[in-house]
Amino acid sequence: MPTMRGDAMRGLAVFISDIRNCKSREAELRRINKELTNIRQRFRADKTLDGYQKKKYVCKLLFIFLLGHDIDFGYMEAVNLLSSNKYTEKQIGYLFISVIMNSSTEMKQLIIQNIRNDLQSRNPIFINLALQCVANIGDREMAVAFTNDIPRLLISGDTIDAVKQSAALCLLRLHRTSPDSLQLNTEWTARIIHLLNDQHLGVATAAVSLIDALVKRNPDEYKGCVNLAVSRLSRIVTSSYTDFQDYTYYFVPAPWLCVKLLRLLQNYPPPDDPSIRSRLNECLDTILNKAQEPLKSKKVQHSNARNAVLFEAINLIIHMDCESSLLVRACNQLGQFLQNRETNLRYLALESMCLLAASEFSHEAVKKHQDTVINALKSERDVSVRQRAVDLLYAMCDRSNAQDLVQEMLTYLETADYTIREEMVLKIAILSEKYAVDYKWYLDVMLKLIRIAGDFVSEEVWYRVIQVVVNRTDVQSYAAKIAFEALQAPACHENMVKVAGYILGEYGNLIALDPRSTPIIQFDLLHSKYHLCSPTTRCLILSTYMKFVNLFPEIKHHIQDILRHDSNHRSSDVEIQQRATEYLKLSEVCNPTVLATILEIMPPYPEKQSPLLVRLKQKKPLTEPEGVTESQSPPPPTTGHNGDGPKLTETALHLNQQHQQQQNGLLLSLDTPESNGYYEESTSKPSSSTLQSAKKFLFKNSDILFENDLIQIGIKGETIKSTIHIELYYGNKTTLQLTNFSTNIFALGELESELRINMEPVKSTIDPRAQSKQTGTIDCLADFRDLPMMNISFLYNNMLQKIDCPFPIYINKFIEKAEMDSNNFFLRWRNLEKPSQECQKIFPAKFPMIHEDCRQKLDDFGWSCLMGIDVNAENFCGAGIIHTTSQAIGCLYRLEPNKQANMYRLTIRASKDGVANRLVELLDDQF
Amino acid sequence: MLQFILLFSRQGKLRLQKWYTTQTDKSKKKITRELIAAVLSRKPKMSSFLEWKDLKVVYKRYASLYFCCAVEQDDNELLTLETIHRYVELLDKYFGSVCELDIIFNFEKAYFIFDEFILGGEIQETSKKSVLKAINDQDVIQEEELEEKRSVLEDLGLA
Repeated sequence: MPTMRGDAMRGLAVFISDIRNCKSREAELRRINKELTNIRQRFRADKTLDGYQKKKYVCKLLFIFLLGHDIDFGYMEAVNLLSSNKYTEKQIGYLFISVIMNSSTEMKQLIIQNIRNDLQSRNPIFINLALQCVANIGDREMAVAFTNDIPRLLISGDTIDAVKQSAALCLLRLHRTSPDSLQLNTEWTARIIHLLNDQHLGVATAAVSLIDALVKRNPDEYKGCVNLAVSRLSRIVTSSYTDFQDYTYYFVPAPWLCVKLLRLLQNYPPPDDPSIRSRLNECLDTILNKAQEPLKSKKVQHSNARNAVLFEAINLIIHMDCESSLLVRACNQLGQFLQNRETNLRYLALESMCLLAASEFSHEAVKKHQDTVINALKSERDVSVRQRAVDLLYAMCDRSNAQDLVQEMLTYLETADYTIREEMVLKIAILSEKYAVDYKWYLDVMLKLIRIAGDFVSEEVWYRVIQVVVNRTDVQSYAAKIAFEALQAPACHENMVKVAGYILGEYGNLIALDPRSTPIIQFDLLHSKYHLCSPTTRCLILSTYMKFVNLFPEIKHHIQDILRHDSNHRSSDVEIQQRATEYLKLSEVCNPTVLATILEIMPPYPEKQSPLLVRLKQKKPLTEPEGVTESQSPPPPTTGHNGDGPKLTETALHLNQQHQQQQNGLLLSLDTPESNGYYEESTSKPSSSTLQSAKKFLFKNSDILFENDLIQIGIKGETIKSTIHIELYYGNKTTLQLTNFSTNIFALGELESELRINMEPVKSTIDPRAQSKQTGTIDCLADFRDLPMMNISFLYNNMLQKIDCPFPIYINKFIEKAEMDSNNFFLRWRNLEKPSQECQKIFPAKFPMIHEDCRQKLDDFGWSCLMGIDVNAENFCGAGIIHTTSQAIGCLYRLEPNKQANMYRLTIRASKDGVANRLVELLDDQF
Repeated sequence: MLQFILLFSRQGKLRLQKWYTTQTDKSKKKITRELIAAVLSRKPKMSSFLEWKDLKVVYKRYASLYFCCAVEQDDNELLTLETIHRYVELLDKYFGSVCELDIIFNFEKAYFIFDEFILGGEIQETSKKSVLKAINDQDVIQEEELEEKRSVLEDLGLA
């Protein structure tokens, strides 16, 4: 048996040995159950257990838990250990709580009380135990409980360094779990920032992480940290590794602190102050220089630590995206790594280069490494590295190298790992379309793509091929020719049949004069595939046949025979049967002129964003070739064209549905008839569905407020009494920067005196694919009815965009739950008996009448849902207080479902006139 | 920010787990199971990084034990590797050439070392000396408290 440190708990060691000696899983289980029974008995019977024994048993439980068993007792004993005056007992108590009880709410108050006692201890090692516990399991309640104690420990001059370190990260945990419960006094800001300068490197290391999180929430308040971070960084990178003693890691001075500082700086734009900026540039220069120095040690730890700092510096350089010399140097450095023998470095270099490829300063420099990257694609043994190489080729692609890169990717695709094929297919499809100079080339690539990776060609990809062909009259006969040729292959992928079938149906006439592809040959060829295809494909082919009836009247009888055939006319597949029947009838009753009108060729599709980009973004939200704007891409189909093959109507529908899912179904898409002007100056007005979705916010504290192709706006709110803290997130969905971005949230009319809106200014630009955050508060001064309005405007591609929509702050956001017993409830209910205080409405149910759903909605609305108050258990009662700055308005409700009639009766009473009416209005269409 | 750290053996047995975000026991077990399988299936020459859901996983094998950290997208992979290494160094120094058994039998110490080195998912103290001093101080207290207990027992004539 190995030695236990300090020979602390013999019984525990014996138990662990026993477990390890068990020959089978069953034996182990028996031994564990025996031990659990023993511990349970000890805890139950032996009231005189001393601290040591409790500690030992709690430790055994912990061990059993770590073996993967559930532990449902011993919690009380563990919590008891917290109040022991023995350090080791306390420590085990805290460990148990941190490992096992992290989400349980039982005994939370007891734990908090114990932590509070320890925080007030004179003994720093006790304080640290308490802080570590909070850092491990801190939650909202702890954030509220320690909102003063812990910050004080952090900034007090009396606190020892070790406690400061723990306090900083403890605050970070609380900040992350419940930012709004933790109210940091703004007077502390400067002192917190100054921890960056602390002479103890450990304190600085811990503090940067806290500051980083605080900066993300409130960049302006903390912007003083930029200066300090730059100077601290500069002191580290310019000094010798011997200056930092134990903080030097394998000859690299303080790598953890360096990396954290470099990340902190990525929260801000490049410093405005020229002296700070040049100092920062010097730092970055120095880090790049050091990468060229010979290694000081052969150990991988040395190079890893050095390169960790280097990669983070490169991240910062990319983030600033303004110093072309640094960007090009970074690119050259990464280029060297591409040839390094360490797989890790090659992987990371490829990843970082993707970002560099997106910068106009370094795009060309990245392209120099094209051959190396292509080589990586061929020779790397690790699939994840090859994946990175694909990403990079995609990112570095432009008009000048597209043909080569697409060819290389196609070659690789034949042997590529199955896991990345679908994504590669998408990328190849996008690149070959974006950079097609000659659309014949595009079609060649696409048909080859279907040939070599047909299974991985998603619907979007082949729809797209068809859209391109339909929209470009110059390639239609070529398309028909190669589609026909592709069909001649003996084993032809079903996706190929679909594409070829569709194209021949539209443009087969363009090659019909060629004796090798006369109408009857086309038809026979296509029909030779018919029986091998799935019903959906057969439906498409039937439409093609119908189009042939119009294009090639001479083979009409062949086609009618097919349609009449039992396998179609009486197909068990309803869709096939219907098409066969209808097409047959159509071919019989219509004269050629009518047929020609019905079966006219497809009109061009309207321009819109490529569904392939949408699809790729779903798969991977990152890379996109530089300089490609969505407006260059040809269009996906829309619904409602007459005369298209029925199947395509469906596919078109399908595409649109996908698109709308992408938009969360929240808003009008930009291709509705009223606004087909395509991104021209457009004011997006909310449709009724937006209002409805805005009403969803009644029951939620976060939601998507607005979304279109350019921008997504998310909202989060948290109310404390009469103030709601709002966080708005503006996500730029495009590949261009949004500029002149401004927002205005305002109250009109009466509302002006009822709400005080106080939003922080928002950054005037949003980078491509980046998010900008705006925070602010709204105070409720008096009860209100109307909604504030939100106006947003920005320039996208130099075109002004405006969005106006109501801002969904309803009165219920200021409700606080009120719990009370039955007596109290009815006492209050009776006190509010004036007619103006009550509002009652009977309304039909809009949703299935499920008890739990109602309860949840009422709970989410903000007031309490009191159980056992109403004699009828089906009914709901509850209460809440609406906080305004001037008064608190009590409100009570009763909701009575009538399942037979499928109706509800809602009665609300409120202490202020008119409020009950407003609340009923909000709720009467929500159940 | 570190999301969690797992230590598991080549046979896939979990030896230590440290979670820095709140998770239910069920999801912990699921994540552990999936991740162990993913890491064990990797071949030796592959990179130490793994894209996993929306996290990045950084792992390294020391003798029979895998050390595996999940970090967020913007975290630094190479530094995470060195975070693992520093933890291994701390264990090694503390136990004196650490082996898997040390961690099994002294799992609580392995946790205490974590809390001195990493807190709330962020590096707290990178100095080996400082961390080990904190742990050794704890051992001294443990020793003193044991002494007290022995002397009480001796007084009672039980030792």
